[in-house]
Amino acid sequence: MKLTTTKRLERLHDRYANGDLSRRTFLSLTAAAAASAGLSMPWMSRALAAVEQVRFDGWGGTVQDAIDKYAFQPYTAKTKIKVVQGTFGDENEIITKIKTAKPGDFQIVHSSGVNYYIKYINAGMNSEINEANIPNMANVLQPMIEPFRKLTPKLSAVPYDYGTTGIAYNTKVISPEEAKEKGAGLLLDKKYAGKVGGYADMTTRVWYAALATGQDPNNIKDIDTIWVKVRETRDLAKKFWSSGAELMDLLSKGEIVVTDAWSGRVAALQDQGHPIGYLDPAGSYAWMEDMLILKGSPMAECEELINFMLDPATSIAVAEGQSYPPSLDPTKVKLTEKIEKLPAFDKTGSMKALTFADPVYWATNEDAWTKQWDRIAKGA
Amino acid sequence: MKNRWTLYDPRLAWMLIAPVLLLLIFFLVLPIAVMAVYTFFTFVTAGVETSALTAANWHEFLTDSYYHGFLLKTLRVGAMTALLCGVLGYFPAYFIWATSFKHKWLLLLLLIVPFWISFTIRTFSWINILGEQGVINVALIKMGIISEPLPMLYTEGAVIMGLLHFLLPYMILNVYVSLESIDRTLISAARSMGCTSAQAFREVTLPLSLPGLAAGLLLCFVLAAGSYVTPQLLGSGRDALFGNLIYDTIMSELNWPMGATLSIVLFVVLGFFAAIYTRYMGMSQIVKGLGG
Repeated sequence: MKLTTTKRLERLHDRYANGDLSRRTFLSLTAAAAASAGLSMPWMSRALAAVEQVRFDGWGGTVQDAIDKYAFQPYTAKTKIKVVQGTFGDENEIITKIKTAKPGDFQIVHSSGVNYYIKYINAGMNSEINEANIPNMANVLQPMIEPFRKLTPKLSAVPYDYGTTGIAYNTKVISPEEAKEKGAGLLLDKKYAGKVGGYADMTTRVWYAALATGQDPNNIKDIDTIWVKVRETRDLAKKFWSSGAELMDLLSKGEIVVTDAWSGRVAALQDQGHPIGYLDPAGSYAWMEDMLILKGSPMAECEELINFMLDPATSIAVAEGQSYPPSLDPTKVKLTEKIEKLPAFDKTGSMKALTFADPVYWATNEDAWTKQWDRIAKGA
Repeated sequence: MKNRWTLYDPRLAWMLIAPVLLLLIFFLVLPIAVMAVYTFFTFVTAGVETSALTAANWHEFLTDSYYHGFLLKTLRVGAMTALLCGVLGYFPAYFIWATSFKHKWLLLLLLIVPFWISFTIRTFSWINILGEQGVINVALIKMGIISEPLPMLYTEGAVIMGLLHFLLPYMILNVYVSLESIDRTLISAARSMGCTSAQAFREVTLPLSLPGLAAGLLLCFVLAAGSYVTPQLLGSGRDALFGNLIYDTIMSELNWPMGATLSIVLFVVLGFFAAIYTRYMGMSQIVKGLGG
């Protein structure tokens, strides 16, 4: 569905009626719209034509396949608005691209929660969403929205899914009992030297080192011991993977037998019949993902797409496809049995069982720790 | 008549080279200049920098041995790769030159065929060859020669292997072009004066092909030392080269001023080696080599 001028004016009126706009602003915008309609030339209508496509950048692989199949394709069929897609393996990669592009070149990013949300805000890349245009946000878990709102009262992103980075292991080599007993310690078990993997990401490495040293990942007291543990894992590791596809490749080909891993990717491997087990040790790293709208994007169309994606039927289909629980509140929306069985699923809707990274704490240390991690990863 | 241009009129020469000159200025010189300016910008936080000028990035590079170690390691891997390319590439080039096979073009075509496949895909293919489930390990295990897979992938050896695969055609083409320019009557003359085949090769062919070999060495060295994809795909973190350091500084730490500093360092160091070569060997050999 293309947004017509009439619909835009109706929305403007709704915002005024809801108290989102002052009377003066409403009258000014209406007058400007009337003037532009009256003064417009034939070529201007083409230049100002309704948006025909929206740009989306995500993590690729099974996750994006599911979003494409269950959200974008039906959305395009319904509205004729095409969703042009790009992928990235590491979110910093897309931030770099956005930095070099002009506003509007990149529009919606499947972003990694509040840790990255801060980066977009610091770089001035964030937009302001009109939540009235996304009525399906009413079904989104409030504990997932709150951390974003703490950073920007006017949101730029809407939480979409969540998961954990737990421990994945090859069940032909490591028994579930052994995995349960050793938990995060498996990543430091010398028995598996040369067969250990891990995500090449500072937060994940520091998080699991904190668990291994008995520290609270959101309040690390002794960072030096953390780096010692990070080095220990590095020395045991065969490869630190940098994308979900690489993780799946390493595990399925038996190159590594234990690694920290994204719950959804492990679920996908299990669906494919690979002998891979998964467990979330105590304090396992939980994360959420959101649909972030960037500055310069066609807001109405992007909001409309996100609203479509949050429609329970769409969101559930995507969640089942990508194997990550949706951000829908299970106390408000009836979710399927398959979703309820997904790793990390929180049936209470309170999210209290999951440990998320404190965005402000991690943002404070991000620069120094990332630099140190990059060095350790290269043998320092 | 005075205003008519002559064939060697300098104005005509400038007009002819103007498009290329403009391209070089806008797409090479200017970006490098912008990058050079960026090295003096101040890093604030990931993805954010200010134009307040500082020498902090250069100070960090000059005083931090971490960077020096990587630079030396990169030069070492580049030199090793170039030398191996020289040793392994000379013989195929000599064979192609010396063969009496009437379809010599077919042999040259075989050299170029790998370029028809994406470089990344060619590099990825080594994972299926060197990996634990790769062709070599599976074959050796099935033959009972080894009981445990050999750790070949994600090592410096794998990185050098990948670089060799990528760079060998450049070396062979360089040496071949150099060999092709040798006047074969010189070899006949040497033979007629009593030289054996080996002596004729040592006294005539080898010395005359050295410029091509040297051009190949420089080309392979510069391309290997500046590589990023091969160590990323076939090496572990420890096998990273300076290019990976630049990538991580820009893409992972989002520290553009430091990333620009490291980029300029690599550019200057590799440029230095190219300049030395130009001074003593002349760039024409490389041009000849690249032109086939």
